[in-house]
Amino acid sequence: MLDCGLDMTSTLNFLPLPLVQSPRLSKLPGWVLKDGSTFLDKELKECSGHVFVDSVPEFCLPETELLDLSTVDVILISNYHCMMALPYITEYTGFTGTVYATEPTVQIGRLLMEELVNFIERVPKAQSASLWKNKEVLRLLPAPLKDAVEVSTWRRCYTMPEVNSALSKIQLVGYSQKIELFGAVQVTPLSSGYALGSSNWIIQSHYEKVSYVSGSSLLTTHPQPMDQASLKNSDVLILTGLTQIPTANPDGMVGEFCSNLAMTVRNGGNVLVPCYPSGVIYDLLECLYQYIDSAGLSNVPFYFISPVANSSLEFSQIFAEWLCHNKQTKVYLPEPPFPHAELIQTNKLKHYPSIHGDFSNDFKQPCVVFTGHPSLRFGDVVHFMELWGKSSLNTVIFTEPDFSYLDALAPYQPLAMKCVYCPIDTRLNFIQVSKLLKEVQPLHVVCPDQYTQPPPTQSHRTDLMIDCQPPAMSYRRAEVLTLPFKRRYEKIEIMPELADSLVPLEIKPGISLATVSAVLHTKDNKHVLQPPPKPVQPLASKKRKRVSDDAPECKPLKPLLSGSIPMDQFVQALEKHGFSDVKVEDTAKGHIVLLQEAETLIQIEEDSTHIICDNDETLRVKLRDLVLKFLQKF
Amino acid sequence: MDRECAQLLPPVCAVLGDSRQLVADDTFLEKFLDWFKTLTETESSLHLLQENPCLTELITCVLKLKDPSSSTLSFILRLTGIFTASESCFQYLQQRELLNSLFGEEGPLSSALWEEASVRSGWVQGVHTMTQHQSAIHFLCNCGAIDVIFTLQGDPSLFVASAANRLLVHILTFSLQSFQTKPVNIKDCDWPICAQKLIPHLEESLKSSSASRIKQSLKLLTSVFGCCHDLWTEVLWSQLSEPITYLLENEPFNAGNSLVDLFLSMARSPVFSCPECSLWKSASYALEHLNPAQAGCLSAGILKLQECPQAVRMQALSVLLQPMDCVLKAASQPLEYPGLLNNSLSDSATIETLLSCRSSCASLLCQTLAHLEELLYLTYMPVNLPHIPLLKSVVTVLQFGTGLATPASSLGSKISRILIGCFRVQRSALDILGAFSHWESHSVFMGSVSDILLAYLKSPDTSPTVLKKSFQATLKWLVRLSEAPSSRDYWLQTEQFFRDLFLVLQKRLCSHCWEIRDSALEFLTLLVKHLREKEEFRQVLVSSEVPKFTEDLLEDPESYVRASAVLAMGQLSFLTHLNSKIPSTENGNGKEVKKKSIVAQLQEILVTDSEGFPRRAVISVFIDWLRDGHTDVLKDTEQFVSSVLQVVNCDLDWEVKAGGLELAEVFSAKTLGRVGLAGCPYVSVVSAATRSTQLNESLQIFYRVKLFEFLFGALCDCDRPVAQKACSILIALKAELCDENSLKEGLSAEHSFPEAHGIAWLEKTLRRWSSCAEPCPIGIANEAGSQNPNDILLVLRTIDLEGLNKSLNRSSDHIENSPQSLLQDILATVGTLEENEADCY
Repeated sequence: MLDCGLDMTSTLNFLPLPLVQSPRLSKLPGWVLKDGSTFLDKELKECSGHVFVDSVPEFCLPETELLDLSTVDVILISNYHCMMALPYITEYTGFTGTVYATEPTVQIGRLLMEELVNFIERVPKAQSASLWKNKEVLRLLPAPLKDAVEVSTWRRCYTMPEVNSALSKIQLVGYSQKIELFGAVQVTPLSSGYALGSSNWIIQSHYEKVSYVSGSSLLTTHPQPMDQASLKNSDVLILTGLTQIPTANPDGMVGEFCSNLAMTVRNGGNVLVPCYPSGVIYDLLECLYQYIDSAGLSNVPFYFISPVANSSLEFSQIFAEWLCHNKQTKVYLPEPPFPHAELIQTNKLKHYPSIHGDFSNDFKQPCVVFTGHPSLRFGDVVHFMELWGKSSLNTVIFTEPDFSYLDALAPYQPLAMKCVYCPIDTRLNFIQVSKLLKEVQPLHVVCPDQYTQPPPTQSHRTDLMIDCQPPAMSYRRAEVLTLPFKRRYEKIEIMPELADSLVPLEIKPGISLATVSAVLHTKDNKHVLQPPPKPVQPLASKKRKRVSDDAPECKPLKPLLSGSIPMDQFVQALEKHGFSDVKVEDTAKGHIVLLQEAETLIQIEEDSTHIICDNDETLRVKLRDLVLKFLQKF
Repeated sequence: MDRECAQLLPPVCAVLGDSRQLVADDTFLEKFLDWFKTLTETESSLHLLQENPCLTELITCVLKLKDPSSSTLSFILRLTGIFTASESCFQYLQQRELLNSLFGEEGPLSSALWEEASVRSGWVQGVHTMTQHQSAIHFLCNCGAIDVIFTLQGDPSLFVASAANRLLVHILTFSLQSFQTKPVNIKDCDWPICAQKLIPHLEESLKSSSASRIKQSLKLLTSVFGCCHDLWTEVLWSQLSEPITYLLENEPFNAGNSLVDLFLSMARSPVFSCPECSLWKSASYALEHLNPAQAGCLSAGILKLQECPQAVRMQALSVLLQPMDCVLKAASQPLEYPGLLNNSLSDSATIETLLSCRSSCASLLCQTLAHLEELLYLTYMPVNLPHIPLLKSVVTVLQFGTGLATPASSLGSKISRILIGCFRVQRSALDILGAFSHWESHSVFMGSVSDILLAYLKSPDTSPTVLKKSFQATLKWLVRLSEAPSSRDYWLQTEQFFRDLFLVLQKRLCSHCWEIRDSALEFLTLLVKHLREKEEFRQVLVSSEVPKFTEDLLEDPESYVRASAVLAMGQLSFLTHLNSKIPSTENGNGKEVKKKSIVAQLQEILVTDSEGFPRRAVISVFIDWLRDGHTDVLKDTEQFVSSVLQVVNCDLDWEVKAGGLELAEVFSAKTLGRVGLAGCPYVSVVSAATRSTQLNESLQIFYRVKLFEFLFGALCDCDRPVAQKACSILIALKAELCDENSLKEGLSAEHSFPEAHGIAWLEKTLRRWSSCAEPCPIGIANEAGSQNPNDILLVLRTIDLEGLNKSLNRSSDHIENSPQSLLQDILATVGTLEENEADCY
């Protein structure tokens, strides 16, 4: 199984979970059906024309119907965003296999899960809505609820014990490490350049190679650069995890982010940045480190609020081997690879586990707050949205591309604060994909259907789709695809003692042949030729053989023949041996030699020779020996 | 030649003619040649040779050397060329049989040194300089030099080949310059021998299969037609038009660029301006058959001509418009726009192929846009450009560049893919968009131009260089529209544009990229400078956050940005009501702190900024303020000028000081003008007494602001431009202040005029002034030091400003540049070499 991401967009259908009682949210009116029925008014609330489920947010799980997940042997994880559904799979499906991921992926993935669990568990909600999921009811609901996919499978968030149990099933791997999977294939993680420890995977046998490219980046950010060379010569390249916002250039978006941040703060407003606790935030902090002085923002406090803020900032500094070259060299100076260490030291950046406690004492405005969750449905961000939403001086800047910012903001309407959308998605765009494919030249490309056509909202942008030759094979949800290659060859090893015994005979310049007689031993998809058992010797003693020593009997081997018979010389040889009336006839497949006197016929064809004579075994043997003289034996 | 040089020349010639004494530095030889070029312009060359026999001996001596160095031989060839430019001198050397040994077959031509490019180059240059009279022409024809020059046309050294080509042009035009009447036929008339040699050679080269020979010949013809507009050129063309037409028909691409140059060179000559001339037929054929890039260059050249058949002009215009037509059609539905060209006339297949390919699309569009931009700036335009559809096509290019255009065909999709993010094309398109402002109206601007400009200004993907071009184009349109008679409607429509513009601008002022902040400030400065009189513009600007953000940038860490912010604030401060907008800030105790005035802020930058750019910017703002009568300056001009000069006096940057001097100049002119002493010649004549009072008043003012202390200090400055400027200001002031009468009245009778003094004396006086706290009585400034207005006047009269000015105007190396110094240097270098040689052993 390649990755197991969690679709969190389902949470956008739910009301936010406020940290403290929100009079505004609690006063929202219940939703009433067109016919005036009010049976859903406890479960569904209306806010500025949108309907939300008033319940604990639920998540949309990976597809479970198509495949029995208990039969999955291995899960390969590309990056920490692509493992968020892992506890649902390891703890609920009977999965007994192994999960492979790099160390930073596991550590930061744990932080993301921990944050998610913390955000949800610290504000327990008494009410759990389920009525609205009823199929009959669902169809009566307004969009987008009525169009939601497979709501019956939506699940509440997992717990920390489940997270721990899931993570315990992960086996850590390093870049370029070769891992044998049951002898059948070898998998290797490669740096994908997108996030700390993010990987692409090579899945290869001796004669076939499949590359799985997911969430990769060619930009120079903090992680180790993408390893492109190892993707060459792939039979199939499965391509996914491209940028979600192909029209937004990350550099331009970082510029927009900085400008909007500075404008707001200079006008006395606060800036709220809903974000994940790891990833782009490191780059944003680095960019701000260089920018705050030039923008005159040295006195503006930056707050990073997350239950895992401290761990995230510290983890980033210790994964030196997973960082880009520049940051790696800093470690030897020794300096912290990320400049946020200096921001913390100089008190420009302060981090807190939540808004409670120390933060309330230190809080000064105007300020910039980085906090989760980007969906604006849970986490400390909900509090700041409620706090700052009423003033047009403040700005919320969306940098994570996973959620539609308009949908995220829907339950906060009407909103006076400014909203700026600067999605920073460093993953491959279509121009980069095109260059990558030209560089690595896979025989076939397999990708999601969306990548093979322009985005629906910009149908004229034919540059925003994959353009490769041969055209990419695309797949849709729940579609089964046969990859365009067949396994034709297997590699077989020869044991050294058997190899020693071979006597190659050169039949053409540069081509030698040798007959091999051996026993093919196959175990765990590995094939080995072992020396054959020795022919049975007549027992010297009359002692009974032990059953365990019994070996299959082998007949003495007949030599193999090769070569062709030159007819002129053969006829001369026959005449020399007393056959005077030799006639040669050409046939479609070879020749027929007639020995009229002996009433005998020799059929010589490309792959067979027949001597047809009338029960004269002596003559047959004589003729056979004559034929054999012209052939080579092995 | 002066006597000292004449004395130094023989030993120098001896050194140059001695193969054992190598002159290490070739630049000496070049300087030596330059000197003789100047000498022969004023003196007779023959006289020079006769007076200085060492020169002829030098030539003879080098020719006799068994193994001269290539540089010496090349030098001698060029030196002889300089002398033999005079016919008498030519004869003189010819009699001594030197010329054959230098330029004939006996000379370097047959020696091994001919392999050296420098010798061949010297030979060509020598011959070129020599060919100023018929004797030289005859000599060249007789000694076989013409054939040598033909060979040198294909020389492996590009310098030699190019010089040989130029030489042939010179020989042809010189030998034919006497042909004032039009010969009927090249064979009938008595053309000079060398022309008779050269023309068949050209003909042969044009017909040859060697591309380089063809190009050389076309270049030669281009030069001939370019520099000579005599009637014989028409006969030359009639002789050579056949092989050229053949080339055009059979080798259009290889020789395309050279053919374009040739046709344009001919088209500019009045000889070929007649519409019936066969040139136009060839040009028309070329427009049709050359590749689009070459045809584009030819079209642009043709469209700039004053005289040209209209049909060819229209054809050229079609060629130039064709790529733009394709772009326009690629983005619009068939009936939406009529296009730029009539479909039936144009075959766009080649252009479409080029536009479909990434490498050729950008170059073709950039070239076409650049040509069209040039045409838009022409004051005289012989054809009517279809401005509106052309503008639409440019806007379409820009829309493709940001993915805003919807392709209407497969070509459109390909162009879209190529142009998205193609900064080169975006820059060219924005350049031409700005050029349209000269032609188009407000309604066109508000129609599509403003939208695309705002799209580029807003887009986060716009690169800093493209953004700068967007600002420039926007500025051109806004300035142009502001100059047009405006109506209320105009401002109502433009107001919204300004609001959008200032929103973008304030974001750009906060950009993390300093180039963008800088471009935005430059744009703002120019915008305010041109539009500050427009009340509506002022109101929108003042109500935005732009002034506040600009002020913040006075503290930007990047010095360029600080400098631009200073200039922008300098302009913004003219909008006086802005001052009321500057907010008060609260200090830690909750008390309101009045923000510093802009004058104080800029003065602080002048004092404290460690970088030169912001300080220079401050000075330039202060000059503008003083000149334009800024209200903050007018409040107390003396105090303002005095404080600025005091600060500038201590500045180490010479440009800041030069700025300070300009400020002082403006101030003194204003002061003298105010009291009626300077400026307008129509001012009524004032009485001597009034004049004296006014003069005294001015002096008092200058004394109070310590103007002369500053000017005298600058006069002693070690930076020559500073001292020069100070000197010229002081001379002007002296002329105003020190006329005889006023001086007599101002000084006591016993005070006699002292002798003129130099800088050393002035420095001493200034030191005395600065060390002495108390003023001294009048008349003893020389001894006691210190100053009062009359002391200053005395110093002004005493110092030899004219002498100083003269010496300052001479370049600092005027002594080293003298021929005498050159000759001494040559001798000294040889001496050094000898010493070094001795050291080595």
